[in-house]
Amino acid sequence: MNFKLKDIGPQLITVLAVVLVFGFFTYNAQVNMENRGIDFGYGFLSQESSFDVQFSLIEYDGSHSYFRAYLVGLLNTILVSVIGIFLATILGVLVGIARLSPNYLINKFAAFYVEFFRNIPLLLQIFFWYFAALRALPLPQDAEAMFGISFLTIKGLFVPAFIWENFNIFFYSIVAAIVAIIVIRAHAKKVQETQGKQTPVLLISIGLIFILPLLSFLIGGVRLSFEVPVLKQLATTSFIYEGGVSLPPELIALALSLSLYTATFIAECVRAGIQGVGKGQKEAAASIGLTQNQVLKLVVMPQALRIIIPPTTNQYLNLTKNSSLAAAIAYPDLVLVFAGTALMQTGKAIEIVSITMFTYLSLSISISLFMNWYNNKIAITEK
Amino acid sequence: MSKINFLKPDKSNLYTFLYLGSFLFFVSVLDVLLNSFFSLNLTGFLPGFLSFLLPLILGFIGLYFIRIELSGIKQLDLLNKHINTNNFNAVLSLLIIFIILKSIPPILSWFVIDASFAGDSKDVCTGTGACWTYIKVWMRRFMYGMYPNGEQWRINLSFIALALLGSVGYFATDRFKKYLTLYYVVIYPFIAFLFIFFFISGGPVFFDFSYGIIAAILSIIIGFFIPSKFKFYYFLIVPFALYVLLKYFIFYEELIELGKLDGLNWVETGAWGGLSLTFIISFFCLIFCFPIGMAFALGRRSGFPLIRYISVGFIEFWRGVPLITVLFMSAVMFPMFLPEDFFIDKLVRAIIAISLFEAAYVAEVIRGGLQALPRGQYEAAKSLGMGYWKMHIFVILPQALKLVIPGIANTFLALVKDTPLIFVVGLLEIVGMLNLAKTNPEWLGFAMEGYVFAAIIFWIICYAMSKYSYNLEQKYKTDR
Repeated sequence: MNFKLKDIGPQLITVLAVVLVFGFFTYNAQVNMENRGIDFGYGFLSQESSFDVQFSLIEYDGSHSYFRAYLVGLLNTILVSVIGIFLATILGVLVGIARLSPNYLINKFAAFYVEFFRNIPLLLQIFFWYFAALRALPLPQDAEAMFGISFLTIKGLFVPAFIWENFNIFFYSIVAAIVAIIVIRAHAKKVQETQGKQTPVLLISIGLIFILPLLSFLIGGVRLSFEVPVLKQLATTSFIYEGGVSLPPELIALALSLSLYTATFIAECVRAGIQGVGKGQKEAAASIGLTQNQVLKLVVMPQALRIIIPPTTNQYLNLTKNSSLAAAIAYPDLVLVFAGTALMQTGKAIEIVSITMFTYLSLSISISLFMNWYNNKIAITEK
Repeated sequence: MSKINFLKPDKSNLYTFLYLGSFLFFVSVLDVLLNSFFSLNLTGFLPGFLSFLLPLILGFIGLYFIRIELSGIKQLDLLNKHINTNNFNAVLSLLIIFIILKSIPPILSWFVIDASFAGDSKDVCTGTGACWTYIKVWMRRFMYGMYPNGEQWRINLSFIALALLGSVGYFATDRFKKYLTLYYVVIYPFIAFLFIFFFISGGPVFFDFSYGIIAAILSIIIGFFIPSKFKFYYFLIVPFALYVLLKYFIFYEELIELGKLDGLNWVETGAWGGLSLTFIISFFCLIFCFPIGMAFALGRRSGFPLIRYISVGFIEFWRGVPLITVLFMSAVMFPMFLPEDFFIDKLVRAIIAISLFEAAYVAEVIRGGLQALPRGQYEAAKSLGMGYWKMHIFVILPQALKLVIPGIANTFLALVKDTPLIFVVGLLEIVGMLNLAKTNPEWLGFAMEGYVFAAIIFWIICYAMSKYSYNLEQKYKTDR
């Protein structure tokens, strides 16, 4: 009996404490909501939202439901996260490699970049880009064209839109190319393991990814044309570009600051990863006659990637979570649209905050699950 | 091949190449220098893009010429090794030199030469440079928020006193060294709290907070004398019990009124702000998130499955959501969970939210340290007959914490950088005050100066912290 109590006692009391705290909260919430005449429920999601959102990837206006507004916010969050992750990865890898350069100037320049951007709060950087730097851009009527087709103005970046005919055929051709590349890679790996022959996989892949979509243009009847933004006068002093795609300044400021900030952390991960590969590995590879490029491609990078990927995943997660700072500069992301405007209108604090938190939680968990899977895939399989 | 080789130096024409190369290199640098500092364009007679690219081409040829291996000249070899190993590096080096030369004049003129420092109104800011007058005029607001001007000495006094008390560790003699941990973990936070409670707040604001702090510190002190067999139950029950006891039975509001210092007015937390609020929040969150994080790290490694699951759930939940939604929760959702007459100040709510959030990160960092310790340490401690608490306090945690100093420092850095987010609950620290000042109709259009000012302050704080943590890491590095 004594032995059992020693095992169960602490657990029981902890669970009891947790249950008590949660019970206390739930009881209070019920009492409070009853007093204020608020009823609990998720039914409001299908009601008409009757507020407008500035920037949306899907069709949306005030007549759509709250659930649609939620989707708009979620898609905007995903959009800025994907752009940020893409830019941060490129910049981070470049800076990380530059940190290891034997060139003194490049090395110090990269170090300066990392130390500078990492030690300033992200919110401050977002404010700086949005309220100070981007406000210095020209008005639409004064903007000079970049490459003749896109315009960077105080009201955002205006770029040409693609207008596709038979887009689905083009899309299928790209899917087919990717599938073919995966099959060829697997086959080439098998051939190399069994017969020792090497196939120029990279050349074949590049060829496929260009030729198949090209064929879809020639044979499949796909047509592509561009719609260039054109300046239009709204009032005597108010101009705007019409046509094309417009990226709001909020999106630009947010993507810029998120990627500049996160790139510093990714750069440190990359540096640590490459430094983490033992010197003996490089020397051993060189001593069996591999060229400099082969050493990098076949020996250093595969091992460095194993060190780089887990912390970099964490940085991707951080970037996704940090994108919620969008609310501070009124970029219509999930927090602003749903936990801001929708909450103000419905007053359903518990439901809306819990949905928002749950969404971020599932975004985080899905990214980390995917990265765990990838990590396991490339991990060393010891025999 | 011989045709190309004539461009390569040998012993006989080494100096020809050296002089020619250095000359070309200096001409290219000089061109950019004159261009950027005196806006002279030496190569203006050439067509546009050629004039633009000429310094780069000249410098490249020059660097190519002076890339002489084993020249026997020490400085040249050093130069070649560091910035001129191959063509690619040479181009990059040139580009970086040119960028630095080009960016110095505009930055310098904006910061110093064309900037205005004097005066106390917007009218003096007519130049193209920065308007530091704006910072000067708003300095008090940026530092103290809406805290009344006449009372700001209270903040200064408290911070100076706390800084002095905090530096005690440097002057302690060996006799007192062993009490330092006790001092920093229990006594110093308590003194800091008293200062903030009586001096900065000066009135009945921090009620619940004070009960909580007193309960926590009392229970820690008594906890030292509790046999380790009951320690777990003790820490689970007694702090809450003490808190309830203090709140509902002992600490009446009249008692607090009695303890108030004479002559000090009460300043509500809504008026606190600026950089001092950044410090206050960082300080409290730092104190709270560490023990909470440690408890959950131990919980996650506990042998009891239920405790482990609860800890994992707690950690993963807080790590999965952004801080801004946590603050949203503390602002709009948390009051719904409390009894109606139960009011918690919004600063306290923000501190609780940030502490819980950062505690999850601290927990993961400490768990990393616990996992890195070899099993032998646990087994050795157990074989000496130590119980769970003794083993962890005297053997495991000292080693594990030493291992994770950089990780914990990073978390604290993230905490300091996260404090501006409290604008969500309506508190304005320095970044929030900047945004408020920016919209003042008298001072429109100086956003840049404000953000640069705040960026410099934050950069200094964060950089100093990271350097300090690096030093700590070096100091406590033990060979294993």
